Amino acid sequence: MTTETKKTEAKKEDQTLTFGLSKSKPIILNTHIPNIDGIAKLTGRATYTFDVKMPGMLYGKILRSPHPHAKILNIDASRALALPGVKGVVTGKDTLGIKQGIWRRYQDLCDEQILTVEKVRYIGEPVAAVAAVTEEIAEAAIDLIDVEYEVLPGVYEPMEAMKKDAPMIHDGVERNINVTRHIEWGDCDEDFEKADYIREDHFFCGGQAHMCMETRCAVASYTPEKRLTFYHSNQSAYYMQALMAGILGMREGDVRCIAQYVGGGFGGKFEMDGAIFCACVLSMKLFRPVKIVYTREEDFIATKRRTPMHYWVRTGVKKDGTFCAREARVVSNGGAYTGMGATALYLTGFFHSFPYVWPSYRYDGYRVYTNTLPTTSMRGFGAPQAMWCSEQQIEWIAKDLGLDPFEMRRKNGHYAGYEVPGQAYIGSCGLDEALTIAKNWVAEKEKKGLPKNHAIGYSAAGFMTGGIFNWFDSPYSFSSAVVTVNEDGTVILHVGATEIGQGSNTTMAIICAETLGVRVEDIKVHSGDTDHCPADLGAWGSRQTFMTGNAVIKACEDAKKQMLEFAYARMGGLNVIYDLDIKDRWVHIVARPERGMPWTDLCKFATRGKSGQRIMGRGFYTPHRKGMISPAYSYMMQAVEIELDPETGHLKLIDSLTAHDCGTPINHLGLIGQLEGAFSMAAGYGYLEYMPFEDGKMMNPNLVDYKMIRATEMPETPIAEIDTYEPDGPYGAKEAGEGLTNPTAAAMGNALFRGWGIQMKECPIRPHMIVQALKEKEEKEKAAKGAKKGK
Amino acid sequence: MKKILITLIVNKQAYEVYLNPKTLLVEAIRDHIGLTGTKRGCETVSCGACTVMVNDMAVKSCSILAVQCDGMNITTSEGLETDGKLAPIQQGFLHQGSYQCGFCTSGMLMATSALLRENPKPTKDEIKESIEGNICRCTGYNSIVRAVEDVASGKYEEGAL
Repeated sequence: MTTETKKTEAKKEDQTLTFGLSKSKPIILNTHIPNIDGIAKLTGRATYTFDVKMPGMLYGKILRSPHPHAKILNIDASRALALPGVKGVVTGKDTLGIKQGIWRRYQDLCDEQILTVEKVRYIGEPVAAVAAVTEEIAEAAIDLIDVEYEVLPGVYEPMEAMKKDAPMIHDGVERNINVTRHIEWGDCDEDFEKADYIREDHFFCGGQAHMCMETRCAVASYTPEKRLTFYHSNQSAYYMQALMAGILGMREGDVRCIAQYVGGGFGGKFEMDGAIFCACVLSMKLFRPVKIVYTREEDFIATKRRTPMHYWVRTGVKKDGTFCAREARVVSNGGAYTGMGATALYLTGFFHSFPYVWPSYRYDGYRVYTNTLPTTSMRGFGAPQAMWCSEQQIEWIAKDLGLDPFEMRRKNGHYAGYEVPGQAYIGSCGLDEALTIAKNWVAEKEKKGLPKNHAIGYSAAGFMTGGIFNWFDSPYSFSSAVVTVNEDGTVILHVGATEIGQGSNTTMAIICAETLGVRVEDIKVHSGDTDHCPADLGAWGSRQTFMTGNAVIKACEDAKKQMLEFAYARMGGLNVIYDLDIKDRWVHIVARPERGMPWTDLCKFATRGKSGQRIMGRGFYTPHRKGMISPAYSYMMQAVEIELDPETGHLKLIDSLTAHDCGTPINHLGLIGQLEGAFSMAAGYGYLEYMPFEDGKMMNPNLVDYKMIRATEMPETPIAEIDTYEPDGPYGAKEAGEGLTNPTAAAMGNALFRGWGIQMKECPIRPHMIVQALKEKEEKEKAAKGAKKGK
Repeated sequence: MKKILITLIVNKQAYEVYLNPKTLLVEAIRDHIGLTGTKRGCETVSCGACTVMVNDMAVKSCSILAVQCDGMNITTSEGLETDGKLAPIQQGFLHQGSYQCGFCTSGMLMATSALLRENPKPTKDEIKESIEGNICRCTGYNSIVRAVEDVASGKYEEGAL
């Protein structure tokens, strides 16, 4: 930099900084910053696992079970192996047969072998895998593998699977009950006595496919050095490394997982899947790289899905709308294996109480094995089901009691400082403001008058900001970051967080730039590579901005402190080191921001001062003493306007409003993207994304028959951001990625209730259900009229 | 089946490819030519991730054989930028955050580019219709619509920035 440009730059910074610094406010947070991997994605340069090619690479295909429940008697691969171009076949016998699961802390919840050894438990379960020189040959080869099965009776519905004489899916698991969960506080029996009004309802919530645009895929390469490297489309590189090492009997350090660009996750990609496991086992056998890409059909029938749940809810309230007690029982369809289902079962129970204060609450959940596609976490993690039931029932109660549903919600709503007994502490809460914004929006719309066959419904919701419980049994801190400052002022940030499109790399760059006092373009972020990035639990439960964000702040503070030691020595005359700060590449005295030096100068001094070492900062974060669930919670209200054709039951989304509290926003564009995207997924869950099974077979495993929101079905999604400050969050931020998947289905149900007086007890709401409900209502009214006349 | 030799002009570059006549255009682009910006998300012509422009028309490249495009001009997402400068549609997507995981993005860019070539001032409904065949699981589409509106309004024309 020439002296002249230095001068003008310093002058320019003087002007902006004196103003900005007087209040020492963040200057980068929540400004318009395009995604830092945006250009790579927009120019086709971003290389996904789907695009990876390695020299000598083979292509794998998986033979899947056609039976929902059967014993494997014999597998004969000789015909397949004789096919020219086939390089190898593996079955469960080529593995150690270790039963794995992501709930590593509890051995009995590790129940899935991926390549099953003795028995298949759902249609689509991997039985054998082939590697060949082309994908076509591999595909032809799987048809040549002869498997002899002994077909066993199957059971597909949890209510059936719980019966005494039902087939046993896992040895020794009585009545197929996989997990039970109990949450209780207060004295429900006593508090129901105090209630003036008690309402009881049964609900059913369906499953949902994650439907990531990039299907599960993997490229694995095992080499004679006894090291395994794999590219894998996943949400947590560290989990996959650790799980793979465990199941293959390797040391974690010898296994490298790379997940740089990931084509979507949504809760479905942080467990072991068939693509990566079979690719690794084949590669270990053949010492050649092996690539396996799931077809869309495989991605539907042989991954996992959102958990279908039967809900029974009993709620007691006083005449004035004060909540007394709630009791809920859930029976969930676990499918064939546990996966993240144990967490979903707990969280649905917890979030069924959300976002309200219940003097007493009792929840019992049962997760039941069936011979269907396993169920697991999916964006919202049990909460969309919980809200679907809770928020509709609350609306019905308000109507029954003649109360304002908004005010009833407000009266019982969470508030900052509230402690959910034995479960959680609420550090910040914007629910009250969200209720006001939504109420005004609805009132204004309805005052203007809605067109014929239009109605508005709404729902509250809340969600967690990452989990506290260490079910994975990780020995590492939950999040870590390493920041390195180069002599020229550029910065390298290594995080274990996984970028799956939610914008985590950009968010971390923003936090890093803000904390160090540089610009986003000075920072290179490395993530999703276990050899180079520190361990981090990855992208699930809306945890990364909060937890990895906190780790990044700590790493940057560590580096900054080291840098400022040199600045202090250079500038002198100060009482304490904290009199110095860095903002926008300008190192300065806080009280007199015009006095200082450019960041690049400081980098030069500091590097030389450290005898040539690059300045490195390290940061770690693990939540402690924050209750059972999560360190922080988001709150929101959402209203949707729908149009209904009462003849056909066809629904259309017309408009919406979301009032959302995610603490202090950090990545503005990322936040909008998360909220709008969650809406489309949540609306799909509400009325389109139906996953029917017949005798264990999914009936619509393709994108023609599995309906999702498309552009023409998407309404406007304006967002009112409510700024709160979460004391434990990075710069006051909390969850934004998942919570908005929770209210939409219930809001649509409530729109049907408010507009047409029908109560929808099953989601997704399909047209025939609406037509049926309208018919029943009409008949009921007719009968009532007749009875009146008769009198 | 006997292999045949065809010429595909991809992003203004002619490639001679020797392929099985049943090869789909998406396979020719990805596997024979090696441009992996174009993705695939299904086998049923339902997701639009493989959308490219063939002679300026949006085409799902899994729905057409490579041999049907012999000698034709094909544009993929790699061909939008010139000399390091993003095309207006790419700038629009970048500014509005019209992508997240990025897997549908190539298809979205090509579908909307084709729309703007045919109809430089599309209405909101026309924009939505142009991407009705493209699934995006991340964004909820509205940011894509906003980006196309920005481009149509001339925000990214030469000198407009």
